[in-house]
Amino acid sequence: MHKKTGRLVKAREPFHFYTRLNLIEFTGKKATNLRELVEIMKEVPGSVIYHHTHHYLQQHLYLSPEPPNDFAYWVTYILREDELGEEIASIDLCEFSTIRSLREKIIETIEQHLAQNPEPLRTALPGGEFHFFKTITFILPTPYVAENLLEFLESIKKISIHSIYFHMFEAKLRLEKGENDFSRWVEDMLGEKELAEEITRLDPYTFTMEGLRGELSRLIAKHIPGEIIECQE
Amino acid sequence: MSRISDYESIVGADVINELKMVARKLKNKVIQNINSTSVGGGVAEILGRMVPLLQDLGIDTRWDVVKGGEKYFQVTKKFHNALHGRKTEITSDDYEIFLETTKTNIEQMEFYGDIIFVHDPQPVALVEKRKYLKSRWVWRCHIDFTYPDPEVWKFLKSFVEQYDACVFSAPSFSRPLPIRQFLISPSIDPLSVKNRDLSEEEINDVLKRLKINRDKPIITQISRFDYLKDPFGVIEAFRQVKKYVDCRLVLAGGGAIDDPEGAKVFQEVVEKAGNDPDINVLLLPPASDLEINALQRASTVILQKSLREGFGLTVAEALWKAKPVVASAVGGIPLQITHKYSGLLSHTVQGTAYWIRQLLHSPGYATRLGENGKAHIKQNFLLTRHLREYLLLFLSLEEKEDIIYL
Repeated sequence: MHKKTGRLVKAREPFHFYTRLNLIEFTGKKATNLRELVEIMKEVPGSVIYHHTHHYLQQHLYLSPEPPNDFAYWVTYILREDELGEEIASIDLCEFSTIRSLREKIIETIEQHLAQNPEPLRTALPGGEFHFFKTITFILPTPYVAENLLEFLESIKKISIHSIYFHMFEAKLRLEKGENDFSRWVEDMLGEKELAEEITRLDPYTFTMEGLRGELSRLIAKHIPGEIIECQE
Repeated sequence: MSRISDYESIVGADVINELKMVARKLKNKVIQNINSTSVGGGVAEILGRMVPLLQDLGIDTRWDVVKGGEKYFQVTKKFHNALHGRKTEITSDDYEIFLETTKTNIEQMEFYGDIIFVHDPQPVALVEKRKYLKSRWVWRCHIDFTYPDPEVWKFLKSFVEQYDACVFSAPSFSRPLPIRQFLISPSIDPLSVKNRDLSEEEINDVLKRLKINRDKPIITQISRFDYLKDPFGVIEAFRQVKKYVDCRLVLAGGGAIDDPEGAKVFQEVVEKAGNDPDINVLLLPPASDLEINALQRASTVILQKSLREGFGLTVAEALWKAKPVVASAVGGIPLQITHKYSGLLSHTVQGTAYWIRQLLHSPGYATRLGENGKAHIKQNFLLTRHLREYLLLFLSLEEKEDIIYL
């Protein structure tokens, strides 16, 4: 449902859409049980934790809205620690604005489990070890720029899934901006506080990427006047 | 010859635009690919498609092939088997032949690339030339390195360590090495003759020509004749299925000039098939892509019962055609198939037979697996994704950070 009539507000500063492309690098480290997993998690760079909590999402979220992370998957399907696996899988990634705090939460969850179940440790069979990778992220500008909500909507419909991913996930967590870029811009540059809150409230981890694009488009369209009178400087 | 813009209708304009943006950052670089064969096998196939597309993206990309005699290729085939974990006797003469041929190639080959991109073990030792050049060297390993023979790996490792970086196809292939290691899966080309859409008429024409009757469900394995593809296990599984369901088996594959063992395996497979009129064993000549495409599209179930596998691109090809696939959980196959979601993973002959029967009896389930498989391949295993990762790999050779602003 559109607003009936109104003015299209021109942003104080335009929104430049960026995109990000990833390359996966091996760290050479691998774990065969929970204790090794935790010890390695403590020492690897943040880009490793980011990789294992987000790459599955990129590879599979086109298809199904399930947000598993590699740690949860390995604990559940390789070590067969179902309860702990579920605990790790259900850690709410939306709550974290830094990789550091996310890393601490996962480590704390595993260490609590280890304290309650010290021995014997389950060990992965050869071939089932947890291999640690990191994501190398390349950030680049796209030609898409929006100066008002209508242009913003048009761009959201055209940009790549990688671009949506960058502004919704990476900007918040990996670049540690605290919130997603879309909410910040519509509030700060257009004064659309309600729309900003609606986008912030989205749980992007439970949508497919195309589903997320559709939901963003729907929310933005709601705030565009049905009959646009003119742009307001 | 395909142009990069031809892919827009399949993957979308956004994906193509991103490729063009990244490619602009590599405008002044010359990429020199080196491998051991220009025809046959997955590597030659990927390069044959990828080199022209990189050129179309404005990157000066070229492709050279090492030269070697029959003995050299027998040795590299032994290396190949040993690296896949098969017990293989390799003599000091074999190492000598390998090093001699490498030396000749170093003397005769021109190394002009800013980035020298070497594929697979055959040309790995060319890196000895590196100390005389300013270029960056990357070694691309396409084969299954899960259980490499320690002696052969030790020998090759001394060369791999001299590269700037190396690339593996699956997580379990990585080895402890002092150089950077990247994970890049290979891909299939949706516009190639092997994967493009075919009409029913085209499919029927090919099958008629190959004398394969479409009177009953067809189970197919497409792979070169190689022990590691387990063609004997496929025949056994087929015979178990045949007790319950009337069906036909097609075992078809070509050879590559760097694989002298192929003819021997083919003969043994023919003998094992015996006089069974429902088993078709086809030795396809090079450039049989249309035939492979038609055979895959005419199949009810496709198998890839490999004992070892580099990546298993035939699985991606089958899934791209929305076919239900039963494949071994080896090499890169589990990256392509999530069990019971986008195909079925098996570990034994009995398991393979069991899943084939399930699929033949549940066509609705088989269709769903095939459709999910196709969607997965579209997002993750098409040539455009592969091209993008190679471009990023080339760029990353000059960078050390984890977040790079282009």
